[in-house]
Amino acid sequence: MATFTFKGGVHPYDGKDLSKDKPIAPYLPKGDLIYPLSQHIGAPAAPIVAKGDRVLVGQKIAEAGGFVSSPVYSSVSGTVKAIEPHFVSTGSKVNSIVIENDGLYEEAEGLSIKPFDEMTKQDILAVIKESGVVGMGGAGFPTHVKLSPKEPDKIDYILVNCAECEPYLTSDYRIMIERPDKIIGGLKVVLELFDNAQGLICIEDNKPEAITTMQKACEGESRIKVVVLKTKYPQGAERMLIHAATGRDLNSTMLPADVGCVVDNCDTITSIYDAVILGKPLTSRVVTISGEAIADPRNFEVKMGTNIAELIEAAGGFKSEAKKVISGGPMMGFAMFDLECPTTKTTSAITCLDKDDISEKPTTACINCGRCVTACDEGLVPARLAQFAERFDLDAFQAWHGMECVECGCCTYACPAKKPLAQMIRNLRRMVMANRKK
Amino acid sequence: MSDLRNVSSSPHIRDKMTSTSIMQWVTIALIPAAGYGVFHFGPNALMLLLVTVASCVATEYIYEKLMNKPITIGDYSAVVTGMILGMNLPVSATWWMAVLGGVFAILVVKQLFGGLGQNFMNPALAARCFLLISFAGRMTNFSYDTFTGATPLAELKAGNPVDVMSMIIGNEAGTIGETSVIAVLIGAAILLWKGIIDLKIPGTYLLTFSVFMLIAGGFDMTYLVAHLAGGGIMFGAWFMATDYVTSPITPKGQIVYGVILGVLTGIFRCFGASAEGVSYAIIFSNLLVPLIEKYTVPMAFGKVKEKGGKK
Repeated sequence: MATFTFKGGVHPYDGKDLSKDKPIAPYLPKGDLIYPLSQHIGAPAAPIVAKGDRVLVGQKIAEAGGFVSSPVYSSVSGTVKAIEPHFVSTGSKVNSIVIENDGLYEEAEGLSIKPFDEMTKQDILAVIKESGVVGMGGAGFPTHVKLSPKEPDKIDYILVNCAECEPYLTSDYRIMIERPDKIIGGLKVVLELFDNAQGLICIEDNKPEAITTMQKACEGESRIKVVVLKTKYPQGAERMLIHAATGRDLNSTMLPADVGCVVDNCDTITSIYDAVILGKPLTSRVVTISGEAIADPRNFEVKMGTNIAELIEAAGGFKSEAKKVISGGPMMGFAMFDLECPTTKTTSAITCLDKDDISEKPTTACINCGRCVTACDEGLVPARLAQFAERFDLDAFQAWHGMECVECGCCTYACPAKKPLAQMIRNLRRMVMANRKK
Repeated sequence: MSDLRNVSSSPHIRDKMTSTSIMQWVTIALIPAAGYGVFHFGPNALMLLLVTVASCVATEYIYEKLMNKPITIGDYSAVVTGMILGMNLPVSATWWMAVLGGVFAILVVKQLFGGLGQNFMNPALAARCFLLISFAGRMTNFSYDTFTGATPLAELKAGNPVDVMSMIIGNEAGTIGETSVIAVLIGAAILLWKGIIDLKIPGTYLLTFSVFMLIAGGFDMTYLVAHLAGGGIMFGAWFMATDYVTSPITPKGQIVYGVILGVLTGIFRCFGASAEGVSYAIIFSNLLVPLIEKYTVPMAFGKVKEKGGKK
């Protein structure tokens, strides 16, 4: 049975009013475009262009490097300037294709598609795989892999993750307001793959307009309905979303398919629509540029590879000193040391905060208050796990279910002693995972 | 590369609540009971409260200064310890007992074990018990003003009648902070409202204790109410059993802890030599906390209990 919420979680200041009423505006890049070859989970893509080649909009420039991988398409027309490592917003250096934009936006031929009625399931999956669509909520898991579970007949629910529980983010919200038909269309494509599945569009109750719009859009659709969830972070986390919408629970050893669910982000669903119905590969996405330090918070339709510093300028630049610039939202995003990074398939937002809670609030001793326990949506005891992490006690860490952590950050947010609990736990989880691989 | 920005691992935002603000709220919540104590027992009560607080804060400051540690007196935890200790003293206690208690609480129980968050026993209660053992006569002399009688609990134990209404208001003999049930409950309401404590520990504590006393008292309601209103049970349940550091962090553990407290308090009050038993019940249960936590590790979300219980 659906519960519409979950135990634990936190209610951070959401900051969505800054940009929620700004329509999605297309943004045309000025500088060079950079396409990292690893924008997804899995093997990096392999470049199929060379320095000096001319490329067109929607032309494939890198081939998937394996089954769990995804191709990359050019979002502009121009010349390949270099193939060299570049910093991406996560802080690592990734081999990337650099393209000089000629400003003509000459389009290449689209994906080869048949009319939708004539497509078989294999055709649909092949188009999705070819289009380069990955999980655009942030994880970047190749969508065609997610849509190919072992037993597709056992999938009961396709959940469209429109919860958008991260503070400041409004890109999914704007998509729901402006492109409801695309979400429904994309969801119908996915439902075509799963005969016994029902489509659930999951929205938090702090977005009443989006709920009304989506409810209207799915009128007359027998297999699709809107599920209204309580507003709480991390409502959009996969396990929490499935629990809230369907009442089914899964742990770290399971995949959503094990409980008959497939979860896709709302922008991913619209990209599936673009690929399968319109034959357009993934070359752009909606990005929110927001935060207290931004002069004119906006939602842009951004061409992949666009420089992030350029996007910030397009949103009026900084009106006050940006103490922290985050790719993504403040709860799970990556703080960037340098703004000269490209937009990728998983860049949902650029959040510019005018204060830095981390350096302003010193860490004090744990007083065992249990706020982290109340906040933990996985039912863990973060304070103890962090103690085990401090002394690298891997056994105790696992006995206290440390590997179940989803790294949502609620414990760190709630901690009155300002201890980096989630970070310490994350660190130890990496060690355990590394040991398991040995 | 001089314009590099601050980086941090996510999450990048923090809640407004800090340890200091929690301690400040606890201090505020203690004021009704402390205020009533001063009103009821007179200026000597105020002197004792001020001396215990000053002694605790000064001990913390001097120790940390000598040990070259960061000075943490600004976090109000020593103030809370001092207030709770003061409120656990009878009004006839002397100033040097207050000083000694403060030094023992902070130096021996708190700082020597590593400071805030590391003590295994409630510092204020440990100091009270230390004083109780060392100066039994003075610590159990509850005479004030012209009143020289026994506490309501002692009367109850002796089989004499007690005035329950007067016990709820607090117009009775006892330690400075414990006599008024109403004042303690006002403070408890503040803690509950600010989300600083929840009902798990005090609720199960009082419930278990009630059941125990109901059976021990032969289902006499007046006896039960007198026991709930008398002595340190209210103050202990809301302000001392709920001490974060010395209570279990696991939700189930908190229930177990409350039950143990209730049973122990009942045993001490019914079968012990003294009429009171809350302080000893709490510090004894403090020692059981690591054990309780070990057996109450919560089941993680989505995990099904493996057959054969704990793995």
